[in-house]
Amino acid sequence: MKRFDYLKAASIREAVSALAGDPKARMIAGGTNLVDLMKYDVEAPGLLVDINGLDLKRIEETETGYRIGALVTNSDLAYHPGVVRRFPLLASAILAGASPQLRNAATTGGNINQRTRCYYFYDPATRCNKRQPGSGCDAIGGVTRIHAILGASEACIATHPSDMCVALAALDAVVEVEGPEGRRDIAFLDYHRLPGDTPERDNTLRHGEIVTAIRLEGEAAARHHTYLKLRDRLSYAFALVSAAVDLKIENGKISRARVALGGVAHKPWRDLDAEGMLVGREPSAEATDAFAARLLAGAKGQGGNDFKITLAERVIRRALRQAAAGTPQIQHEKAIA
Amino acid sequence: MLTNERRQVGRAMPRIDAPLKVTGRAAYAAEHSEPDMLHGAAVSATIARGRILEIDSRAAKAAFPGIAAIYTHENRPNAAWLDRSWQDETAPPGHTYRPLQNDRVLFDGQPVAFVVADSFENARDAAAMITVRYEVETPETDLTTKLAERYVPPKKRSGISPPPDPRGQPEEAFKEAHFRISGDYLIENEHHNPMELFATTVLYGADGVLAIHDKTQGSQNVQKFVCNVFSLSQDKVNVINAYVGGAFGSGLRPRHQLFFAVMASLDLKRSVKFEIARSDMFYLSYRPAMYQTVSLGADAQGRLTAVLHDTVQVTSRYEDYQEVVVNWSGLAYRCDNVALTYALTKLDAATPGDMRAPGAASGLFALESAMDELSYEVGIDPLELRRRNFVHFDQNENKQLTSKALRACYREGAARFGWERRQAKPRSMHEGHELIGWGMATGIWEAQLQSAKARVRMSANGQVIVQAAASDIGTGTYTILAQIAAEALDVPAEDVSVQIGQSDLPETSVEGGSWTAASSGSAVDAACLAIRQRLLDMAQKDDASPLKDATVEEVVIRDGHLRLDTDPRAGVAISELMARAGETAIEEEGKAGPDAKQMKSFASYTHSAVFVEVRVDEELGLARVTRVVSAVAAGRILNPKTARSQILGGVVMGLGMALHEESMIDHRSGRIMNHNLAEYHVPAHADIQDIDVHFVQEFDDKASPIGVKGLGEIGVCGVAAAVANAIFHATGKRIRHLPITIDKILGETVGKAA
Ligand SMILES: Cc1cc2nc3c(=O)[nH]c(=O)nc-3n(C[C@H](O)[C@H](O)[C@H](O)COP(=O)(O)OP(=O)(O)OC[C@H]3O[C@@H](n4cnc5c(N)ncnc54)[C@H](O)[C@@H]3O)c2cc1C
Ligand code: SF4
Repeated sequence: MKRFDYLKAASIREAVSALAGDPKARMIAGGTNLVDLMKYDVEAPGLLVDINGLDLKRIEETETGYRIGALVTNSDLAYHPGVVRRFPLLASAILAGASPQLRNAATTGGNINQRTRCYYFYDPATRCNKRQPGSGCDAIGGVTRIHAILGASEACIATHPSDMCVALAALDAVVEVEGPEGRRDIAFLDYHRLPGDTPERDNTLRHGEIVTAIRLEGEAAARHHTYLKLRDRLSYAFALVSAAVDLKIENGKISRARVALGGVAHKPWRDLDAEGMLVGREPSAEATDAFAARLLAGAKGQGGNDFKITLAERVIRRALRQAAAGTPQIQHEKAIA
Repeated sequence: MLTNERRQVGRAMPRIDAPLKVTGRAAYAAEHSEPDMLHGAAVSATIARGRILEIDSRAAKAAFPGIAAIYTHENRPNAAWLDRSWQDETAPPGHTYRPLQNDRVLFDGQPVAFVVADSFENARDAAAMITVRYEVETPETDLTTKLAERYVPPKKRSGISPPPDPRGQPEEAFKEAHFRISGDYLIENEHHNPMELFATTVLYGADGVLAIHDKTQGSQNVQKFVCNVFSLSQDKVNVINAYVGGAFGSGLRPRHQLFFAVMASLDLKRSVKFEIARSDMFYLSYRPAMYQTVSLGADAQGRLTAVLHDTVQVTSRYEDYQEVVVNWSGLAYRCDNVALTYALTKLDAATPGDMRAPGAASGLFALESAMDELSYEVGIDPLELRRRNFVHFDQNENKQLTSKALRACYREGAARFGWERRQAKPRSMHEGHELIGWGMATGIWEAQLQSAKARVRMSANGQVIVQAAASDIGTGTYTILAQIAAEALDVPAEDVSVQIGQSDLPETSVEGGSWTAASSGSAVDAACLAIRQRLLDMAQKDDASPLKDATVEEVVIRDGHLRLDTDPRAGVAISELMARAGETAIEEEGKAGPDAKQMKSFASYTHSAVFVEVRVDEELGLARVTRVVSAVAAGRILNPKTARSQILGGVVMGLGMALHEESMIDHRSGRIMNHNLAEYHVPAHADIQDIDVHFVQEFDDKASPIGVKGLGEIGVCGVAAAVANAIFHATGKRIRHLPITIDKILGETVGKAA
């Protein structure tokens, strides 16, 4: 670990100006990801801006939904009665992640900004374009079990590891950010990005900006949803593939379909055109097969993760079945419904 | 005889050290401190093979004035030159790895520099600033590309039997067999990862005597190693391992943290502490990857007519690490035509090490998978196939067995599991989305006795102290030694004080091979017998004593009295005997060890039958183990509670081996990429469901003087095969490559190792 200066920010403005003024500054929330990265010398912030003193810990009910402060813990969010009632998909996805201890410490802002789990990113002795732009990508051709099958580039094949974000993507959440130029909203689907040739940038947050809240708006499925996660043990492992599904079914036909995949790309993966194929149809096997095929049309394995293409196809099918039947996966049930 | 309520042995007594452990008062190796002590941190190599060109520590030195020393191969203080000095009790043949010996890098993660500073943080952060330039050579780390370079280790490792010579006409018998099956099996490296990290605290005494708190399975093994390597006399070196937070075999050999801490302490004449990082645990030791081929031939009734088992196992470039992998196939079942071979192949990796049931856990995966496959071929129940091939002696060595209650394991295990309700056909049982599979396997492990001594002191007021250099690596040694002494001397086990884990106590072998309970337990029992003899001698000084004509076998200790077994009214108070003799306490030593004469005609093993239920969501490739029954025959059970914990832990480790654990090596660089507990998966709570541990009655008066066989490793034996067999029963898919992860269940390859 490298030595760093520490600032406990008293206001959002103070945090923003500290971050804006120092390109080597990082903000710390729950610290469950950042501290690990610092111990491995992957992150070496010159200045650590502690944002835990900021007034961002509330979940507020708005006219159309909820505004979740960036410092709300994953646990508090997953068990918030209103969220559980109106956005059960989100609560479920959070509970599919990490462990109770980690969820007690992890925050909403930290979760969406957590870094990839790519083995090479974590190991400063390897080449990694995300860690050190332009150095190369040792993951390609290496151990790729947890790497992307969609949207990867020649510069980076990493995945975004969050479960919560997959649900937020399916629910069309909005990210509220504040920076030197003031506040702005970012649609969740535009928040994370594909690696392209600048994999060092995970998302579209600008220099000096911080996430202040996530907004959940509008209608979401109370019954016809699911978060289905497949991993290398039954709990406490990152997703190999996961799917968040939110359906609206009227008169036996799908009138709204939102499906996001986790573990497969540099960001939660959604394809609005493919979702359009489901609308107006019954949730039949043919419809879901065609949808899965379309969603995975561009999928490409890296060797060690080729199986994830088959797995993703099956996860999509099963998740759509669960959601259509109104039997969402219960996270503490280890048999898959 | 003791009445049941007075029995101390066989009672489910809670661990006597539990209060210390749960309140944090049991101090582990890294938890001993002294003001102003120094702390160490290592720089680990990031290549698997090559040469160090340059180590630059200028920036670190400039940044951290608190650095006391930085050691590299260029300035390492002198240490022993001869290989023999570096070889501990358990070392395999070869050139033992010596930290900082020269500029060669032999394995990924090898420590190449050692920083000593005034605080842990300064040492760690300084180490991170040291840069190393290498000349990289292309490493070879993939077993499957090195099979052709197999060789039979020229020198055998002490304590490890090479495969027996072939018997009968195995090749011909196989060719002519009515039923034949053959398959290749691959297992990947697995890592021990006990909770406690390897750590050493050296407290440098004013008189130059070192008090070394080390994470080890043998304080005296470490003491000898330190004395040999640093040319010190034994009275200058005390090694303490009072509490050990798990080891599973990784602590059998002295590890590099010990060398570094002692080296720095001697060089700087200061106390030094060094605890390695979790990621470094992955380079210390591992259950080696291996490639196995098993062929079985059977007659029309399923009786084995041929067993062929070949193994190629990974070792390092510098040592011929060996374990007993294939021999089990020659003694598990009755068969007259057997050929077993065991070879090594060298990779650019650290030397593997003994990991819970070394060799057996791996070998039995292949053998017991093959037996399962054969049962389908023959068309009989897998359990029935094993019964038909039951053998009551050790055919490898042509020896009788001290006991073998395996039939009872089969019978009672099957009954507890409900095996008779099994539908024979694969894919015939299901519930919801899941196929249900029931599989089973036999487990075997050697029951060994090693030389051990113990000292027992009994005071006139009934207080008892037991002392031995034995180690309790979390298994319950403290507790069972207290129980044995308590029963022999008829005091409550709670009143027995057990002092172990120190090199200056009576001599004991390393804690391994499941032999500690039998060996140290027998030594304590012998010491208690000696106390009884001493008391009897005292009593017989009095001509009027009712015990005048008794022999030691005829007297017992009861209620603080020495009494006639046949007439408990006749006796004399121990306090009185001691007072008369002018003693306040009696102290005696006892010892135990292998009985060479008996070993000529007897072999001794523990056995188990493992039954597993899996539920497989075939569409998603997901297998869950929902039930395990482990029925174990291990002689006398000293403490059902600690015994059960041993088997539970073994089963969990077996499930990890079956479904999760492997090091993921990037063979281009030879580096382990998942060297942390987030990506190296061991079972989580959710993966562990119902585990039923059952001990069958087994009387054995030969395995050890106290009838104990040991339990540390039998729990893991057979588990991986039982899981794989259950997955076959569920899905019809035979997976021969561990761990059985989602991709392998989804995969289309059947019958061939990947
Ligand atoms: C062993 C392990 C297993 C895990 N398993 C899972 C899992 O299965 N599924 C899963 O989803 N997650 C998992 N996690 C990850 C966990 O969810 C994240 O570590 C956590 O959500 C991060 O939140 P935090 O508050 O601790 O973030 P921190 O560690 O404090 O910060 C993480 C990053 O976000 C930035 N950041 C923090 N707050 C803000 C903000 N308000 N605005 C902008 N940037 C910000 C920080 O600068 C930093 O770069 C696991 C973690 C571990 C260690
Ligand atoms: S995949 Fe991305 S994160 Fe991983 S090594 Fe390559 S560039 Fe780095």
